Amino acid sequence: MVYKRIIPCLDVKNGRVVKGVKFEGLRDLADPVEMARYYNESGADELVFYDITASFEGRKLFTDVLRAVASEIFIPLTVGGGIESLEDFDRVLKCGADKVSVNSGAIKNPNLIYEAAKRYGSQCVVLSMDVKRVDGRFCVFAKGGRLNTDLDAIEWAKRGESLGAGEIVLNSIDTDGVRGGFDLEMLRAVGDVVTIPLVASGGAGCMEDFAELFKLDRVDAGLAAGIFHTKKVGIRELKEYLKRQGVHVRVE
Amino acid sequence: MIAVIDYGVGNLFSLTCSLEFLGFESVVTNKREEILAADKIILPGVGAFGDAMEKLKEAGLVGILREQAGAKPLLGICLGMQMLFDKSLEFGEHEGLGLIPGVVAPLSEDIDKSMKIPHMGWNRLDIVKDDPIFKYFKDGEAVYYVHSYYAKDCEESVLAGSEYGATVPGLVRRGLTYGMQFHPEKSGGAGLRLLKAFAEI
Repeated sequence: MVYKRIIPCLDVKNGRVVKGVKFEGLRDLADPVEMARYYNESGADELVFYDITASFEGRKLFTDVLRAVASEIFIPLTVGGGIESLEDFDRVLKCGADKVSVNSGAIKNPNLIYEAAKRYGSQCVVLSMDVKRVDGRFCVFAKGGRLNTDLDAIEWAKRGESLGAGEIVLNSIDTDGVRGGFDLEMLRAVGDVVTIPLVASGGAGCMEDFAELFKLDRVDAGLAAGIFHTKKVGIRELKEYLKRQGVHVRVE
Repeated sequence: MIAVIDYGVGNLFSLTCSLEFLGFESVVTNKREEILAADKIILPGVGAFGDAMEKLKEAGLVGILREQAGAKPLLGICLGMQMLFDKSLEFGEHEGLGLIPGVVAPLSEDIDKSMKIPHMGWNRLDIVKDDPIFKYFKDGEAVYYVHSYYAKDCEESVLAGSEYGATVPGLVRRGLTYGMQFHPEKSGGAGLRLLKAFAEI
Protein backbone atom coordinates (compact mmCIF):
# COMPACT_ATOMS: atom_id res chain seq x y z
CA MET A 1 0.00 0.00 0.00
CA VAL A 2 1.27 3.48 -0.74
CA TYR A 3 2.07 5.70 2.22
CA LYS A 4 0.02 8.72 3.26
CA ARG A 5 2.01 11.80 2.27
CA ILE A 6 3.10 14.91 4.12
CA ILE A 7 3.68 17.83 1.77
CA PRO A 8 5.18 21.20 2.65
CA CYS A 9 4.11 23.97 0.32
CA LEU A 10 6.36 26.88 -0.59
CA ASP A 11 4.93 30.11 -1.95
CA VAL A 12 7.63 31.74 -4.01
CA LYS A 13 7.54 35.39 -4.94
CA ASN A 14 10.30 37.02 -6.93
CA GLY A 15 12.61 34.13 -6.19
CA ARG A 16 12.04 34.04 -2.41
CA VAL A 17 9.76 32.00 -0.17
CA VAL A 18 7.16 34.18 1.51
CA LYS A 19 4.41 33.64 4.10
CA GLY A 20 5.19 33.49 7.77
CA VAL A 21 8.69 32.16 7.44
CA LYS A 22 11.00 32.29 10.42
CA PHE A 23 14.10 30.67 9.04
CA GLU A 24 17.55 31.36 10.36
CA GLY A 25 16.81 34.89 11.43
CA LEU A 26 15.05 35.77 8.21
CA ARG A 27 11.72 37.24 9.18
CA ASP A 28 9.53 36.89 6.19
CA LEU A 29 11.72 35.77 3.34
CA ALA A 30 13.78 32.65 2.83
CA ASP A 31 15.86 31.02 0.17
CA PRO A 32 13.72 28.37 -1.55
CA VAL A 33 16.70 26.12 -2.24
CA GLU A 34 17.73 26.18 1.40
CA MET A 35 14.18 25.46 2.53
CA ALA A 36 13.79 22.66 0.02
CA ARG A 37 17.00 21.11 1.36
CA TYR A 38 15.67 21.33 4.90
CA TYR A 39 12.40 19.64 3.94
CA ASN A 40 14.19 17.00 1.91
CA GLU A 41 16.43 16.16 4.88
CA SER A 42 13.53 16.06 7.31
CA GLY A 43 11.65 13.43 5.29
CA ALA A 44 8.98 15.34 3.36
CA ASP A 45 7.30 13.06 0.80
CA GLU A 46 6.89 15.69 -1.84
CA LEU A 47 7.34 19.43 -2.27
CA VAL A 48 4.92 21.92 -3.78
CA PHE A 49 6.09 25.21 -5.22
CA TYR A 50 3.61 27.95 -6.02
CA ASP A 51 4.80 30.81 -8.13
CA ILE A 52 2.94 33.85 -6.86
CA THR A 53 4.94 36.44 -8.78
CA ALA A 54 3.19 38.47 -11.41
CA SER A 55 5.97 39.95 -13.50
CA PHE A 56 7.79 38.31 -16.38
CA GLU A 57 11.13 38.82 -14.60
CA GLY A 58 9.70 37.14 -11.52
CA ARG A 59 8.62 34.17 -13.62
CA LYS A 60 12.09 33.85 -15.10
CA LEU A 61 13.60 33.92 -11.65
CA PHE A 62 11.14 31.24 -10.54
CA THR A 63 12.31 29.02 -13.38
CA ASP A 64 15.90 29.41 -12.19
CA VAL A 65 14.89 28.64 -8.61
CA LEU A 66 12.98 25.57 -9.71
CA ARG A 67 15.94 24.28 -11.67
CA ALA A 68 18.23 24.88 -8.68
CA VAL A 69 15.87 22.99 -6.37
CA ALA A 70 15.26 20.13 -8.81
CA SER A 71 18.96 19.65 -9.38
CA GLU A 72 19.58 18.60 -5.80
CA ILE A 73 16.26 17.56 -4.25
CA PHE A 74 15.30 14.08 -5.41
CA ILE A 75 11.69 13.73 -4.30
CA PRO A 76 8.60 14.54 -6.39
CA LEU A 77 8.04 18.22 -7.08
CA THR A 78 4.70 19.80 -7.91
CA VAL A 79 4.63 23.26 -9.40
CA GLY A 80 1.70 25.63 -9.69
CA GLY A 81 0.84 29.28 -10.04
CA GLY A 82 -0.15 31.02 -13.24
CA ILE A 83 -0.35 27.83 -15.33
CA GLU A 84 -2.62 28.65 -18.27
CA SER A 85 -1.31 26.75 -21.28
CA LEU A 86 0.55 23.67 -22.43
CA GLU A 87 3.59 25.93 -22.90
CA ASP A 88 3.44 26.68 -19.18
CA PHE A 89 3.37 22.93 -18.46
CA ASP A 90 6.32 22.44 -20.74
CA ARG A 91 8.30 25.25 -19.14
CA VAL A 92 8.08 23.89 -15.59
CA LEU A 93 8.38 20.21 -16.51
CA LYS A 94 11.66 20.94 -18.28
CA CYS A 95 12.96 22.47 -15.04
CA GLY A 96 12.42 19.22 -13.16
CA ALA A 97 8.79 19.42 -12.01
CA ASP A 98 6.99 16.07 -11.88
CA LYS A 99 3.46 17.36 -11.56
CA VAL A 100 1.85 20.61 -12.55
CA SER A 101 -0.98 22.14 -10.61
CA VAL A 102 -3.71 24.12 -12.36
CA ASN A 103 -6.30 26.35 -10.72
CA SER A 104 -7.59 29.60 -12.25
CA GLY A 105 -6.21 28.59 -15.65
CA ALA A 106 -8.36 25.45 -15.65
CA ILE A 107 -11.45 27.35 -14.50
CA LYS A 108 -11.00 29.72 -17.44
CA ASN A 109 -10.26 26.85 -19.83
CA PRO A 110 -11.25 23.40 -18.48
CA ASN A 111 -9.93 21.83 -21.66
CA LEU A 112 -6.42 22.59 -20.42
CA ILE A 113 -6.81 19.62 -18.05
CA TYR A 114 -7.76 17.33 -20.93
CA GLU A 115 -5.01 18.55 -23.25
CA ALA A 116 -2.33 18.34 -20.57
CA ALA A 117 -3.43 14.86 -19.46
CA LYS A 118 -3.36 13.69 -23.05
CA ARG A 119 0.13 15.04 -23.64
CA TYR A 120 1.83 14.34 -20.30
CA GLY A 121 -0.38 11.73 -18.65
CA SER A 122 -2.92 12.16 -15.85
CA GLN A 123 -0.32 11.56 -13.17
CA CYS A 124 1.18 14.88 -14.18
CA VAL A 125 -1.97 17.00 -13.85
CA VAL A 126 -3.09 18.22 -10.44
CA LEU A 127 -6.33 20.14 -10.08
CA SER A 128 -6.03 22.63 -7.25
CA MET A 129 -9.31 24.00 -5.93
CA ASP A 130 -9.82 26.94 -3.54
CA VAL A 131 -13.21 26.36 -1.98
CA LYS A 132 -15.39 28.35 0.39
CA ARG A 133 -18.88 27.95 1.77
CA VAL A 134 -21.35 30.44 0.34
CA ASP A 135 -24.99 30.14 1.43
CA GLY A 136 -24.47 26.54 2.49
CA ARG A 137 -22.89 25.56 -0.80
CA PHE A 138 -19.23 24.76 -1.58
CA CYS A 139 -18.14 27.36 -4.14
CA VAL A 140 -14.93 27.40 -6.15
CA PHE A 141 -12.95 30.63 -5.99
CA ALA A 142 -10.37 31.83 -8.50
CA LYS A 143 -7.61 34.43 -8.49
CA GLY A 144 -6.03 33.26 -5.28
CA GLY A 145 -9.35 33.03 -3.44
CA ARG A 146 -10.54 36.52 -4.35
CA LEU A 147 -13.11 35.76 -7.04
CA ASN A 148 -16.24 33.65 -6.54
CA THR A 149 -16.68 31.73 -9.80
CA ASP A 150 -20.04 30.35 -8.66
CA LEU A 151 -18.81 26.92 -9.76
CA ASP A 152 -20.05 24.17 -7.49
CA ALA A 153 -17.01 22.47 -5.92
CA ILE A 154 -18.55 19.00 -6.05
CA GLU A 155 -19.38 19.35 -9.75
CA TRP A 156 -16.00 20.89 -10.55
CA ALA A 157 -14.13 18.06 -8.82
CA LYS A 158 -16.12 15.46 -10.80
CA ARG A 159 -15.55 17.36 -14.04
CA GLY A 160 -11.82 17.69 -13.30
CA GLU A 161 -11.50 13.96 -12.81
CA SER A 162 -13.42 13.16 -15.99
CA LEU A 163 -11.25 15.59 -17.96
CA GLY A 164 -8.19 13.65 -16.83
CA ALA A 165 -6.83 15.27 -13.67
CA GLY A 166 -4.75 12.74 -11.73
CA GLU A 167 -5.04 14.32 -8.30
CA ILE A 168 -7.02 16.98 -6.47
CA VAL A 169 -5.66 19.46 -3.96
CA LEU A 170 -8.59 20.77 -1.96
CA ASN A 171 -7.81 24.01 -0.20
CA SER A 172 -10.49 25.18 2.17
CA ILE A 173 -10.56 28.97 2.32
CA ASP A 174 -12.75 28.67 5.41
CA THR A 175 -10.09 26.88 7.44
CA ASP A 176 -6.99 28.32 5.75
CA GLY A 177 -4.68 30.12 8.13
CA VAL A 178 -7.01 29.50 11.09
CA ARG A 179 -4.93 26.55 12.34
CA GLY A 180 -8.00 24.90 13.80
CA GLY A 181 -7.74 21.69 11.80
CA PHE A 182 -8.48 20.58 8.25
CA ASP A 183 -11.93 21.01 6.74
CA LEU A 184 -13.06 17.43 7.20
CA GLU A 185 -16.62 18.11 6.10
CA MET A 186 -15.50 19.61 2.80
CA LEU A 187 -12.96 16.82 2.25
CA ARG A 188 -15.62 14.18 2.84
CA ALA A 189 -17.99 15.85 0.39
CA VAL A 190 -15.39 15.97 -2.39
CA GLY A 191 -13.83 12.62 -1.50
CA ASP A 192 -17.22 10.96 -1.98
CA VAL A 193 -17.50 11.95 -5.63
CA VAL A 194 -14.00 11.37 -7.03
CA THR A 195 -11.68 8.37 -6.96
CA ILE A 196 -8.35 10.09 -7.77
CA PRO A 197 -5.96 10.91 -4.90
CA LEU A 198 -7.10 13.73 -2.66
CA VAL A 199 -4.71 16.14 -0.97
CA ALA A 200 -6.04 18.14 1.98
CA SER A 201 -4.90 21.72 2.38
CA GLY A 202 -5.77 24.55 4.73
CA GLY A 203 -6.14 24.55 8.47
CA ALA A 204 -3.30 22.45 9.87
CA GLY A 205 -2.37 23.83 13.28
CA CYS A 206 -0.83 20.94 15.16
CA MET A 207 0.16 17.29 14.82
CA GLU A 208 -3.24 16.08 16.09
CA ASP A 209 -4.91 17.77 13.12
CA PHE A 210 -3.06 15.40 10.81
CA ALA A 211 -4.06 12.36 12.87
CA GLU A 212 -7.70 13.47 12.59
CA LEU A 213 -7.26 14.10 8.87
CA PHE A 214 -5.94 10.64 8.11
CA LYS A 215 -8.92 9.02 9.82
CA LEU A 216 -10.61 9.88 6.54
CA ASP A 217 -9.65 6.95 4.33
CA ARG A 218 -10.21 8.97 1.21
CA VAL A 219 -7.49 11.48 2.02
CA ASP A 220 -4.08 10.59 0.62
CA ALA A 221 -1.98 13.53 1.73
CA GLY A 222 -1.86 16.55 4.00
CA LEU A 223 -0.38 19.78 2.75
CA ALA A 224 0.66 22.74 4.89
CA ALA A 225 2.92 25.76 4.81
CA GLY A 226 2.86 27.97 7.89
CA ILE A 227 3.24 25.38 10.64
CA PHE A 228 6.15 23.73 8.83
CA HIS A 229 7.92 26.98 7.86
CA THR A 230 7.81 28.32 11.41
CA LYS A 231 9.05 24.92 12.63
CA LYS A 232 6.07 24.72 14.96
CA VAL A 233 5.75 21.19 13.61
CA GLY A 234 8.76 19.29 12.28
CA ILE A 235 8.12 16.82 9.46
CA ARG A 236 10.12 14.05 11.11
CA GLU A 237 8.40 14.46 14.50
CA LEU A 238 5.03 14.62 12.77
CA LYS A 239 5.64 11.39 10.88
CA GLU A 240 6.93 9.57 13.92
CA TYR A 241 3.85 10.74 15.83
CA LEU A 242 1.50 9.66 13.03
CA LYS A 243 3.17 6.28 12.84
CA ARG A 244 2.55 5.77 16.55
CA GLN A 245 -1.08 6.72 15.89
CA GLY A 246 -1.31 3.89 13.37
CA VAL A 247 -1.15 6.05 10.24
CA HIS A 248 0.71 4.43 7.34
CA VAL A 249 3.51 6.98 6.78
CA ARG A 250 7.03 6.72 5.43
CA VAL A 251 9.60 7.22 8.19
CA GLU A 252 13.17 7.29 6.91
CA MET B 1 31.02 7.18 -17.95
CA ILE B 2 27.33 6.32 -17.92
CA ALA B 3 25.40 6.62 -21.17
CA VAL B 4 21.83 7.80 -20.56
CA ILE B 5 19.91 6.81 -23.65
CA ASP B 6 18.11 9.69 -25.32
CA TYR B 7 15.40 8.64 -27.75
CA GLY B 8 13.01 11.53 -27.33
CA VAL B 9 10.98 10.00 -24.53
CA GLY B 10 10.60 11.66 -21.18
CA ASN B 11 12.46 14.17 -19.13
CA LEU B 12 16.03 13.32 -18.23
CA PHE B 13 16.70 16.37 -16.07
CA SER B 14 16.26 14.72 -12.64
CA LEU B 15 18.09 11.56 -13.64
CA THR B 16 21.18 13.34 -14.96
CA CYS B 17 21.12 15.69 -11.96
CA SER B 18 21.04 12.77 -9.55
CA LEU B 19 24.01 11.11 -11.24
CA GLU B 20 25.90 14.39 -11.10
CA PHE B 21 24.89 14.87 -7.46
CA LEU B 22 26.36 11.43 -6.71
CA GLY B 23 29.55 12.38 -8.53
CA PHE B 24 29.19 10.11 -11.57
CA GLU B 25 29.87 11.31 -15.07
CA SER B 26 27.10 10.77 -17.56
CA VAL B 27 26.33 11.61 -21.14
CA VAL B 28 22.84 11.89 -22.62
CA THR B 29 23.17 10.28 -26.01
CA ASN B 30 21.71 8.33 -28.91
CA LYS B 31 25.11 7.88 -30.61
CA ARG B 32 26.47 4.42 -31.17
CA GLU B 33 30.10 5.33 -30.43
CA GLU B 34 29.22 7.00 -27.13
CA ILE B 35 27.15 4.00 -26.04
CA LEU B 36 29.99 1.67 -26.99
CA ALA B 37 32.49 3.81 -25.09
CA ALA B 38 30.41 4.01 -21.89
CA ASP B 39 30.98 1.68 -18.89
CA LYS B 40 27.29 1.51 -18.13
CA ILE B 41 23.99 2.27 -19.76
CA ILE B 42 20.76 3.67 -18.34
CA LEU B 43 17.56 3.36 -20.34
CA PRO B 44 14.95 5.78 -18.99
CA GLY B 45 11.41 6.19 -20.28
CA VAL B 46 7.90 7.42 -19.59
CA GLY B 47 4.74 7.16 -21.66
CA ALA B 48 3.35 4.31 -23.70
CA PHE B 49 5.31 1.13 -24.44
CA GLY B 50 4.51 0.88 -28.15
CA ASP B 51 5.47 4.49 -28.90
CA ALA B 52 8.68 4.21 -26.93
CA MET B 53 9.78 0.99 -28.68
CA GLU B 54 8.97 2.63 -32.01
CA LYS B 55 11.15 5.62 -31.12
CA LEU B 56 13.96 3.34 -29.98
CA LYS B 57 13.78 1.54 -33.33
CA GLU B 58 13.70 4.81 -35.29
CA ALA B 59 16.79 5.94 -33.41
CA GLY B 60 18.46 2.68 -34.47
CA LEU B 61 19.17 1.72 -30.85
CA VAL B 62 17.49 -1.67 -30.46
CA GLY B 63 20.40 -3.68 -31.87
CA ILE B 64 23.11 -1.95 -29.88
CA LEU B 65 21.17 -2.21 -26.62
CA ARG B 66 20.64 -5.95 -27.12
CA GLU B 67 24.29 -6.42 -27.97
CA GLN B 68 25.69 -4.20 -25.19
CA ALA B 69 23.41 -5.69 -22.54
CA GLY B 70 25.60 -8.77 -22.33
CA ALA B 71 28.80 -6.73 -22.15
CA LYS B 72 28.14 -4.04 -19.53
CA PRO B 73 25.67 -3.16 -16.79
CA LEU B 74 22.39 -1.81 -18.15
CA LEU B 75 19.66 -0.25 -16.02
CA GLY B 76 16.12 0.31 -17.27
CA ILE B 77 14.00 2.73 -15.25
CA CYS B 78 10.17 2.75 -15.19
CA LEU B 79 9.07 2.29 -18.82
CA GLY B 80 12.75 1.67 -19.56
CA MET B 81 12.56 -1.36 -17.26
CA GLN B 82 9.36 -2.59 -18.91
CA MET B 83 11.06 -2.43 -22.31
CA LEU B 84 13.67 -4.94 -21.12
CA PHE B 85 11.02 -7.71 -21.12
CA ASP B 86 9.83 -9.90 -24.00
CA LYS B 87 6.60 -8.07 -24.68
CA SER B 88 3.94 -5.70 -23.38
CA LEU B 89 0.16 -5.84 -23.56
CA GLU B 90 -0.25 -2.05 -23.37
CA PHE B 91 -2.64 -0.97 -26.17
CA GLY B 92 -2.20 -4.16 -28.19
CA GLU B 93 0.81 -6.43 -28.12
CA HIS B 94 4.30 -5.00 -28.58
CA GLU B 95 7.65 -6.72 -28.70
CA GLY B 96 10.22 -5.53 -26.13
CA LEU B 97 13.98 -5.86 -26.04
CA GLY B 98 13.74 -9.44 -24.78
CA LEU B 99 16.60 -9.11 -22.30
CA ILE B 100 14.58 -10.42 -19.34
CA PRO B 101 11.92 -13.15 -19.71
CA GLY B 102 8.48 -11.85 -18.78
CA VAL B 103 5.44 -9.92 -19.91
CA VAL B 104 4.27 -6.40 -19.10
CA ALA B 105 0.54 -6.39 -18.30
CA PRO B 106 -2.10 -3.98 -16.94
CA LEU B 107 -2.07 -3.86 -13.16
CA SER B 108 -5.80 -3.06 -13.13
CA GLU B 109 -6.72 -6.57 -14.30
CA ASP B 110 -4.91 -8.27 -11.44
CA ILE B 111 -5.84 -6.14 -8.45
CA ASP B 112 -9.02 -5.20 -6.64
CA LYS B 113 -11.18 -2.71 -8.56
CA SER B 114 -11.23 -0.37 -5.57
CA MET B 115 -7.48 0.23 -5.85
CA LYS B 116 -6.31 3.33 -7.63
CA ILE B 117 -4.53 3.20 -10.95
CA PRO B 118 -1.83 4.33 -11.53
CA HIS B 119 0.06 2.84 -8.63
CA MET B 120 1.46 6.17 -7.61
CA GLY B 121 3.34 7.23 -4.53
CA TRP B 122 5.81 5.94 -1.98
CA ASN B 123 5.72 2.22 -1.30
CA ARG B 124 8.00 -0.06 0.68
CA LEU B 125 10.44 -2.17 -1.30
CA ASP B 126 11.07 -5.63 0.12
CA ILE B 127 14.18 -7.52 -0.87
CA VAL B 128 13.51 -11.03 -2.20
CA LYS B 129 17.01 -11.96 -3.27
CA ASP B 130 20.21 -10.33 -2.08
CA ASP B 131 22.34 -8.54 -4.64
CA PRO B 132 25.17 -5.98 -4.83
CA ILE B 133 22.57 -3.40 -5.91
CA PHE B 134 21.39 -3.38 -2.27
CA LYS B 135 24.85 -2.47 -0.96
CA TYR B 136 23.58 0.86 0.45
CA PHE B 137 19.86 -0.01 0.74
CA LYS B 138 18.00 -1.14 3.83
CA ASP B 139 15.31 -3.78 3.31
CA GLY B 140 11.85 -2.19 3.44
CA GLU B 141 12.85 1.37 2.62
CA ALA B 142 10.31 3.27 0.52
CA VAL B 143 10.66 4.14 -3.15
CA TYR B 144 8.51 6.28 -5.45
CA TYR B 145 6.33 4.65 -8.11
CA VAL B 146 4.19 5.98 -10.95
CA HIS B 147 2.92 3.24 -13.29
CA SER B 148 -0.19 1.47 -14.55
CA TYR B 149 1.44 -1.63 -16.08
CA TYR B 150 3.72 -4.11 -14.36
CA ALA B 151 6.02 -7.02 -15.13
CA LYS B 152 4.61 -10.56 -14.81
CA ASP B 153 5.89 -14.10 -15.24
CA CYS B 154 9.39 -13.00 -14.32
CA GLU B 155 9.73 -14.55 -10.82
CA GLU B 156 13.26 -15.84 -11.37
CA SER B 157 14.50 -12.28 -12.13
CA VAL B 158 12.86 -10.45 -9.20
CA LEU B 159 15.26 -9.00 -6.63
CA ALA B 160 12.70 -6.88 -4.73
CA GLY B 161 8.99 -6.14 -4.83
CA SER B 162 6.23 -3.93 -3.44
CA GLU B 163 2.70 -4.84 -2.42
CA TYR B 164 -0.13 -3.08 -4.22
CA GLY B 165 -2.98 -5.53 -4.44
CA ALA B 166 -0.50 -7.76 -6.23
CA THR B 167 3.22 -8.12 -5.75
CA VAL B 168 4.76 -5.58 -8.10
CA PRO B 169 8.31 -6.45 -9.19
CA GLY B 170 10.18 -3.30 -8.20
CA LEU B 171 13.73 -4.36 -8.95
CA VAL B 172 14.68 -7.10 -11.40
CA ARG B 173 17.94 -8.47 -12.72
CA ARG B 174 19.13 -10.91 -15.34
CA GLY B 175 22.88 -11.12 -15.87
CA LEU B 176 24.21 -7.57 -16.06
CA THR B 177 20.79 -6.12 -16.86
CA TYR B 178 18.84 -4.42 -14.07
CA GLY B 179 15.38 -2.89 -14.08
CA MET B 180 13.70 -0.54 -11.59
CA GLN B 181 9.96 -0.02 -11.90
CA PHE B 182 10.10 2.89 -9.44
CA HIS B 183 11.94 6.15 -10.04
CA PRO B 184 15.24 6.05 -8.13
CA GLU B 185 15.84 9.68 -9.11
CA LYS B 186 12.65 10.63 -7.22
CA SER B 187 12.98 8.24 -4.28
CA GLY B 188 14.98 10.46 -1.96
CA GLY B 189 18.05 9.06 -0.22
CA ALA B 190 17.04 5.43 -0.79
CA GLY B 191 16.79 5.97 -4.53
CA LEU B 192 20.11 7.77 -4.73
CA ARG B 193 21.79 4.93 -2.86
CA LEU B 194 20.39 2.38 -5.31
CA LEU B 195 21.70 4.46 -8.21
CA LYS B 196 25.07 4.73 -6.50
CA ALA B 197 25.26 0.96 -6.10
CA PHE B 198 24.40 0.48 -9.77
CA ALA B 199 27.02 3.00 -10.85
CA GLU B 200 29.62 1.16 -8.78
CA ILE B 201 28.88 -2.33 -10.13
